[in-house]
Amino acid sequence: MLAAAGVVAGGLALSGCTVPSFGASPGDTTSSRSVFHLWQGFSIGALIIGGLVVALIVWAVVRYRRHGERIPDQHQYHIPLEMTYTIVPILIVLGLFAATMVVENKEVANPRTNVRIDVNAFQWGWKFTYPGSNAVVVGQTTQAPTMVMPVDTNVHINLTSSDVVHGFYVKAFNFSRYALPGVLNQFTLRAVATGTFFGQCTQLCGLYHSLMWFNVKVVTPSQYTAWLASFHGSAAATAAAAAAAAVRQQTSSLVPTKLATTTGTH
Amino acid sequence: MRVEARFLLSLGLFFGIVGLIYWLWSGEDAGGVMLGAAMLLGFLPGGYYYYWSRRMRPRPEDDPQATTASGSGVVGAFPGSSIWPFTLGMGAFFTVLALVFGIWLLVPGLGLVTWALFGGVAESRRGGGV
Amino acid sequence: MVDVLERPATLAEPPHEAHGPTGLLKWLTTTDHKVIGLSYTVTAVIMMVIGGALAEIIRAQLASPNGTLVSLAQFNELFTMHGSVMIYLFAGPFAFGALANIIVPIQIGAPDMAFPRLNALSYWLYLTGAITMLSGFFTAGGAANFGWVGYAPLSNSLNTPGAGADLWIGGLLLTGFSAIFTGVNLVATIFYLRAPGMTMFRMPIFTWNLLVTAILILLAFPVLTAGLIMLYADRHFGTHIFSVAGGGVPVLWQHIFWFWGHPEVYILALPFFGMVTEIIAVFSRKPVFGYKGMVFATISIAALSLGVWAHHMFTTGVVLLPFFSMMSLLIAVPTGIKIFNWIGTMWRGEIWFSTAMLMALGFLVTFLIGGLTGIYLASPPLDFFTHDTYFVVAHFHSVVMALVLAGMAGLYYWGPKFTGYLLNETIGKVQFWFLFVGTQVFTLPLYLLGLRGMPRRMAVYPHDPQWQFLNDLSSVGAILIGVSTLLFVANLVVSWKRYPAGDNPWDGQTLEWFTTSPPPHHNFYRLPPIRSERPTWDHNHPDHRALPHGHRVEAPE
Ligand code: HEM
Ligand SMILES: [Cu+2]
Ligand SMILES: [Cu+2]
Repeated sequence: MLAAAGVVAGGLALSGCTVPSFGASPGDTTSSRSVFHLWQGFSIGALIIGGLVVALIVWAVVRYRRHGERIPDQHQYHIPLEMTYTIVPILIVLGLFAATMVVENKEVANPRTNVRIDVNAFQWGWKFTYPGSNAVVVGQTTQAPTMVMPVDTNVHINLTSSDVVHGFYVKAFNFSRYALPGVLNQFTLRAVATGTFFGQCTQLCGLYHSLMWFNVKVVTPSQYTAWLASFHGSAAATAAAAAAAAVRQQTSSLVPTKLATTTGTH
Repeated sequence: MRVEARFLLSLGLFFGIVGLIYWLWSGEDAGGVMLGAAMLLGFLPGGYYYYWSRRMRPRPEDDPQATTASGSGVVGAFPGSSIWPFTLGMGAFFTVLALVFGIWLLVPGLGLVTWALFGGVAESRRGGGV
Repeated sequence: MVDVLERPATLAEPPHEAHGPTGLLKWLTTTDHKVIGLSYTVTAVIMMVIGGALAEIIRAQLASPNGTLVSLAQFNELFTMHGSVMIYLFAGPFAFGALANIIVPIQIGAPDMAFPRLNALSYWLYLTGAITMLSGFFTAGGAANFGWVGYAPLSNSLNTPGAGADLWIGGLLLTGFSAIFTGVNLVATIFYLRAPGMTMFRMPIFTWNLLVTAILILLAFPVLTAGLIMLYADRHFGTHIFSVAGGGVPVLWQHIFWFWGHPEVYILALPFFGMVTEIIAVFSRKPVFGYKGMVFATISIAALSLGVWAHHMFTTGVVLLPFFSMMSLLIAVPTGIKIFNWIGTMWRGEIWFSTAMLMALGFLVTFLIGGLTGIYLASPPLDFFTHDTYFVVAHFHSVVMALVLAGMAGLYYWGPKFTGYLLNETIGKVQFWFLFVGTQVFTLPLYLLGLRGMPRRMAVYPHDPQWQFLNDLSSVGAILIGVSTLLFVANLVVSWKRYPAGDNPWDGQTLEWFTTSPPPHHNFYRLPPIRSERPTWDHNHPDHRALPHGHRVEAPE
């Protein structure tokens, strides 16, 4: 019966959108949408269970306030009841786990695709390299670099870090992944809408962590091809490569002056 | 003693099983080792208590019917006060500070530790005194 | 002096008068668990105030997007030290060093802890560890600034040179050993010093929870200590355990840290669960509902808690998601059992809304919020979405603020036992409302803030009116919490030696309420027969013993 909460989660994933958002939003990738539905399912479960528990607490508090010196019945065990609230939660948990696995397997799957972007995080910026083309985008702190990617296409991301742990997080994708030194992290993004989305480093990485921003610009496939081509043989490619080489040294000088003045390095 | 032994042994058993599943499934060694160590930490003292629980008479604290009188007798020797824990603590403090501010702090650090160890042991053997 | 103690049937006088030095020297040399416990309590409450003050600065900085109150560098120090002080120096020591030290031996009818001198050593290591960690603020490079989790390789000597980081490590080594010694001491005390008739399944839930906590300490803390030594070696001895450059594995630090870190969550929580259990029972005038279920739930939580560490590492991409997700979700089951048992204890009781009980109820509601949001985080896809955002900050602050409420409940409930004086109930209730409302106003906006995408550990954030509004609301909550802390201090001052408590002001059920307030030197003049987990209640209300196992409610004769 209450194990329905888990089933509800699954059911909602299908029926979707008339349900409240519970503070989250569907986002703009295929995965972000299933994550959102999972979120709704969990939220409904949480509200049912939480509501029940709060109701019981309120009832107990109102109904059983002390009236005098009476000593109440000293009953201590009620085995069937205790069994119920052991077994029912186990069933709910299994339901939640099943719903989780469904979404998770989709989200971490890496379908074959020929669009690939190598994302490298460093203190304190991002470098987006497009293998098979000359396109390289680098930028740091609030001069957020922009990762361009095509819509309705599986985009394979190879995420690395060149120094400490960083977090690649795009709110609109309901997704984040660590950039770990020495580890190649791979995942697939499939955007379903064009637009520009804000991204930020979420894992503390030192002084300018708060400013390690980037943008993701989702464009149509033809715009994407044109954009890639604009790098071809152009001066931009060399410029980008030079920027990439120089990037580590320049970091602090690129920080916006306003913030730099409020930033006392000891 | 029996409940105590069972409690620790079953914890050890649980960590053993979970550790094995985890290690076989993930192939990740650090977690496997740590869960294995957790298993040992259940088995070692658990085994010790189990060994003794089979060899001694139930203690008054294990006997649901025990009266206050059945527990009378010596409970143990408790120090009234002692300066040695403080001395030892300060020794440890300086030793740790040596990790940060320089090796010379090991002189007062280990000095106090040694002094406290000797002092504490002597205090126990004498049976008292601050 | 050594007191060789005998267990008498009754005594007119305490078995031994306190002797030894007086004054300052008394505090330095004491081995009495009650005095040590009091030192712990005072120190831990001071740490809470320090940690709270750091938090207030954080909240002030975040009241506007480009706050200029502190620099980026100082901000990193602030949240690192706020988290570290709160977790390592307040919550843990308060949970297993302060009230536990005072109450556990008395609850089982013991004259002291099993190793009184080791107990004193624990306190000195805790105090010096706290001083060591905090002194980072006074070094040239400032205090540690890599977050309370000290992730490698940010915490190596290349990225974080300076004494502050080493002092952080040193402080943790000292407090870590302090915790381990306390763990040893609690286990030995509980296994070997129980009074006659106090079988394991007659121990009060608070004692049970501390036994389980102590075992968790022994399982988890050595791992942290080992990790810290490796970190120190990487920083100073040229090893490369956690750095890619020399063939090391940075993520190993995360495994080690969280293998300690998640059990630590329960090392913090279980003692407070125990406090709340006792308080709810006493103020409902009922036995703990489902006592045995409660014990097994505690043990299951502890056991499972060792197998869930990598739920903090879901987004690393290198951990076994289904395993950790399932184990983490399972912890919800015993936790749920506890919540239902607490409600069952109140059911058909006669609830007395003292300050302690109000705080316990505040705990229940706040912890429920923290627990339910924790279930979301056990689901990897939802964690990918919320990890390292303010959603997580909100989640664990619901939990830790619930623990603060529980700790306050414990102080109002047991304070009279070890000081001999009650606290003022009116101020207490006002304090409760500030703390409870403040907690919700502080945490609830943070959930939304996280969902709107604000990462944690940001000194400045993009100009977004919604983010700013939610931040401001949260800061208002933080102010309310600050006021509640001031009210608590005011209450201590106002109530100082004002309202004598008597031996058993709350109609308590367990052994500590059988002895005097404060208890004599070695705790008891005499002991009642122990026939259930409520010997004092049985003694005071012989006609109202708990109904036996499986017994249905019947009309009272
Ligand atoms: C007065 C009540 C409190 C306030 C206003 C407060 C505020 C905050 C804030 C705003 C942060 C986030 C900092 C950031 O991510 O930039 C934070 C982090 C944290 N807090 Fe609290 N907090 C309070 C109480 C506590 C308590 C009682 C505990 C633990 C027992 C605690 C443990 C932590 C931890 C572990 C962190 C994470 C630090 C890190 O990111 O490294 N806090 N707190
Ligand atoms: Cu960062
Ligand atoms: Cu955890």
